[in-house]
Amino acid sequence: MNVDSNSYTFGFATIMVLIVAALLSYAAIELKPYQDRNIELEKQQNILSSVRINVERDLAEDAYSKYIKHEKVLNYKGEEVDGVAFDIDLGKEVKKSRADQLLPLFISNIDGSTQYIIPLRGKGLWGPIWGFVALEEDLNTVYGAVFDHKGETPGLGAEINQSFFQDPFIGKTIFKDEEFTSIRVVKGGAPEGDNHAVDGISGGTITSDGVTDMLLERLDMYLPYFNKMKVATEVERVMAEMDSVQLVNDSIIP
Amino acid sequence: MSKYLLFSKKNRKLLSDPLDDNNPITVQVLGICSALAITVQLKPAVVMALSVLVVLSFANVLVSLMRNMIPSRIRIIVFLVVIAALVILVDQVLKAFVYDVSKELSVFVGLIITNCIICGRLEAFAMANPPGKAFLDGLGNSFGYGVILIIVAFFRELLGAGTLYGYPVLEDLGLYDFGYENNGMMILPPMALVTVGVLIWWQRSRNQKLIENN
Repeated sequence: MNVDSNSYTFGFATIMVLIVAALLSYAAIELKPYQDRNIELEKQQNILSSVRINVERDLAEDAYSKYIKHEKVLNYKGEEVDGVAFDIDLGKEVKKSRADQLLPLFISNIDGSTQYIIPLRGKGLWGPIWGFVALEEDLNTVYGAVFDHKGETPGLGAEINQSFFQDPFIGKTIFKDEEFTSIRVVKGGAPEGDNHAVDGISGGTITSDGVTDMLLERLDMYLPYFNKMKVATEVERVMAEMDSVQLVNDSIIP
Repeated sequence: MSKYLLFSKKNRKLLSDPLDDNNPITVQVLGICSALAITVQLKPAVVMALSVLVVLSFANVLVSLMRNMIPSRIRIIVFLVVIAALVILVDQVLKAFVYDVSKELSVFVGLIITNCIICGRLEAFAMANPPGKAFLDGLGNSFGYGVILIIVAFFRELLGAGTLYGYPVLEDLGLYDFGYENNGMMILPPMALVTVGVLIWWQRSRNQKLIENN
């Protein structure tokens, strides 16, 4: 048979493509449930490590239900809306207009204190980067942060998922005298004593800048909610104060 | 009879040639882009070398099996389809069963498909030789590729970050106390090229027959 004839060439190409396509789609469909399960467990694992709880992937589910007390979905005004926070695909949300975005928020409770975990999503050099940042009860101090990426350069930008990059975020604050500043990742190293900056990664500047932009943009979306929470705590405090004043008055007046 | 032995002299040569005399990186100067991109640290270099080993050996065998059926006008396209299908298949299986390894590999998948060594071996060897030999050739060439990758990564990680396989060697030796500093240049791609250049220089000064006569 003449393998170089036009009809043979077309036939060969067609059959080859069909076989390969069938094989790959079969593999993709068969393996999808296993892959989805891994991704779900990894997300739980990531959320947990943002509040500094590191567990094996297999144990992530139990630990998640133990520590994560609330899952909330917010809108841009900081109001709670219906939805399942865990299932929200932030990659799709960030493409929508500000007013249409749904903002997931996870609230954990560790040793009696509360942490607010905010999912992040942004752009690195080669593709998406994401992460979770956990704030302490004051909604200002960072309790922990975790980042990950799809395909940043190994050894350079990809290092954002390493603890030497993530740990310096702990204890940094996102507000400077009531004004929102976020946290910057600074090329060449953060200035000494700056409480709103961490060291960048040499050779990974574009990814580092991506982290800066991501933090600024995502945290900014939650400001209305933070304000509401702060007002609520303030009101609670004043109420409690008034109560005690009342008690004092009650005891004075016979 | 010796012709049919797996480790006949000829077959041994298939394995050993690419390590030195016919090294894909330093002699044929193929696969340079991936050699520059992933040699910042040892670990990714090792993972990449292993993935290329798997893909190149199997692609060689598959193409060799089909070598009399492939129409010559679309052979490069056939190679690409075979390589891409293999890579995607391996990636999908890893993602489902060994998720952590697949995360290490994810970025290399694209690089493997574009690795010119693979296309080069399919075109130059697998199209003209039976599957057994093609398999050995695949192994040999991926070893040759991997060896260079690991040597380059060794120096770049040691001099650029002071670690080896993530382990802080220089810190343990206490070099930093004497005012030693890591060379940030080593982390950047140009230094990979220089390192490969030094390797080529060293290899040719040792193995004079590789020097081209102009």
